[in-house]
Amino acid sequence: MTRPLVTIEDVDMRYGGPEGLLAVEGLSLTVGTGEFAAVVGPSGCGKSTLMKLVTGLYIPQRGVVTVADERVTKPVNIVGMAFQNPTMLPWRTTLDNILLPLEVVDRHRGRLRMNKAEYVAKAEKLLETVGLKGFGQKYPWQLSGGMQQRANLCRALIHEPDLLMLDEPFGALDSFTREELWCVIRDLHAEQKVTIVLVTHDLREAVFLADRIFVMSARPGRVIREQAVPFARPRDLEILYEPAFNDIVHELRGNIADARKAA
Amino acid sequence: MSERKPGIDWIRAAPWLYTAVLFIVWELAVRAFGLPQYILPAPSRIAQAIWQYWPAIWKNSLQTLYTTTVGFALAVVGGLALGILVGWSRFIYAGLYPLMVGFNAIPKVAVVPILVIWFGIGTVPAVLTAFLIAFFPIVVNVATGLATIEPEMEDVLRALGAKKMDIMLKVGIPRSMPYFFGSLKIAITLAFVGSVIAETVAANSGLGHMMLAAQSQFNVPLVWAGLIMLAIEGIVMYAAMAWVEMRMTGWAHRSQMAAG
Repeated sequence: MTRPLVTIEDVDMRYGGPEGLLAVEGLSLTVGTGEFAAVVGPSGCGKSTLMKLVTGLYIPQRGVVTVADERVTKPVNIVGMAFQNPTMLPWRTTLDNILLPLEVVDRHRGRLRMNKAEYVAKAEKLLETVGLKGFGQKYPWQLSGGMQQRANLCRALIHEPDLLMLDEPFGALDSFTREELWCVIRDLHAEQKVTIVLVTHDLREAVFLADRIFVMSARPGRVIREQAVPFARPRDLEILYEPAFNDIVHELRGNIADARKAA
Repeated sequence: MSERKPGIDWIRAAPWLYTAVLFIVWELAVRAFGLPQYILPAPSRIAQAIWQYWPAIWKNSLQTLYTTTVGFALAVVGGLALGILVGWSRFIYAGLYPLMVGFNAIPKVAVVPILVIWFGIGTVPAVLTAFLIAFFPIVVNVATGLATIEPEMEDVLRALGAKKMDIMLKVGIPRSMPYFFGSLKIAITLAFVGSVIAETVAANSGLGHMMLAAQSQFNVPLVWAGLIMLAIEGIVMYAAMAWVEMRMTGWAHRSQMAAG
């Protein structure tokens, strides 16, 4: 494995005081730089907590989270995030929505006004990469759900994050659109050399996209299995129908079924 | 059916048509039953009264319009400021909200005597009553807009290092604008209620005062003339606010249409 970008060591995270809900317990995992990792597990296993721990929105009560060799004690702005809900701001055009993170991140906000053209060009290039060329001036509500999710990915990538955290980004889309977006994210990963952590319920999605898959247990969540995905890149959608692919999906499904039963 | 036929657009004509029918039925009913004008004057009699007392009606209408708009303007400024404050943090919200609900529960007519003690009879109590009654819906709406920011949006921005101020300026305040402009229609109507209440109880001008004076002289057509003027002023102010709402936050209407 390459140099680790994200390391989580024996982390406990409890909500609402000492008697509160224990979301994750003894959670440990490592994601290498440039790697595409997926996290799967039964619902309520603390996948979203994992997202918030890595981005520094939550600080764990026990254990250490390290991102890019620094212990996480405050929000980590080298991370981009995208959720299932695209949360585009309806009063801004798609382009202005994508530029929003730059108005917030310290190292860009000062430069934005002076170098607007450069940033707009970058946003337009990203739009083109995700297949939304020429849609920048449209308002989000003029776009379909799949197009909004593409724009959402652009917004997560505009500040050139080293790490992209995706929380079930394709959960609300129909299966054809979802497969299209799998290819978009696959190509983004190949082009931009960004490290990606994908939290998902969809095992086929995880196996198709990821290099490594972490299976989490029911609450309190921890990693019960780590599965390397051996398929060579670039992967074609056709591999979804290969026996070796289905074997991995099948096995993971068994792990999760066990984890659910154990809960 | 969906094709537009040339000729009269009945939907657009409907408000005028229904209003006309109301007045015609009213007029005919008064004539048919021979109602005395001190019970219910016919619209024609009221129109005559408006014509006859026009200078007084005009002057008092302007006075009412003045107290209402000043009270409303204060309510907009105060309501917006307080709404942002209340929506800013859960702590302020939790503390202030019960107080505001309690205050809003007091019928404002009961506050007028206190205002009279402080400021005397006249314009000031009317303006303040309009303000007190109108600011509450603005506060609630602005605070609601701020409080319902999607948690994902907040996470995305906070992870990038956004301060509370950034989130408020970039997301919260623009997002609460449709709520704010939507509340203006309610607020202007309430401000109008407030100013007329105060004029009726403690003033020496304004439509409320004029109607009270007309009533004591048993000039029933003039009382009704005042009522009609109030209705017209109310409709005009409401329409103005509806127009402002459309102009300022068109995106909210269009985005809802796209979603629905």
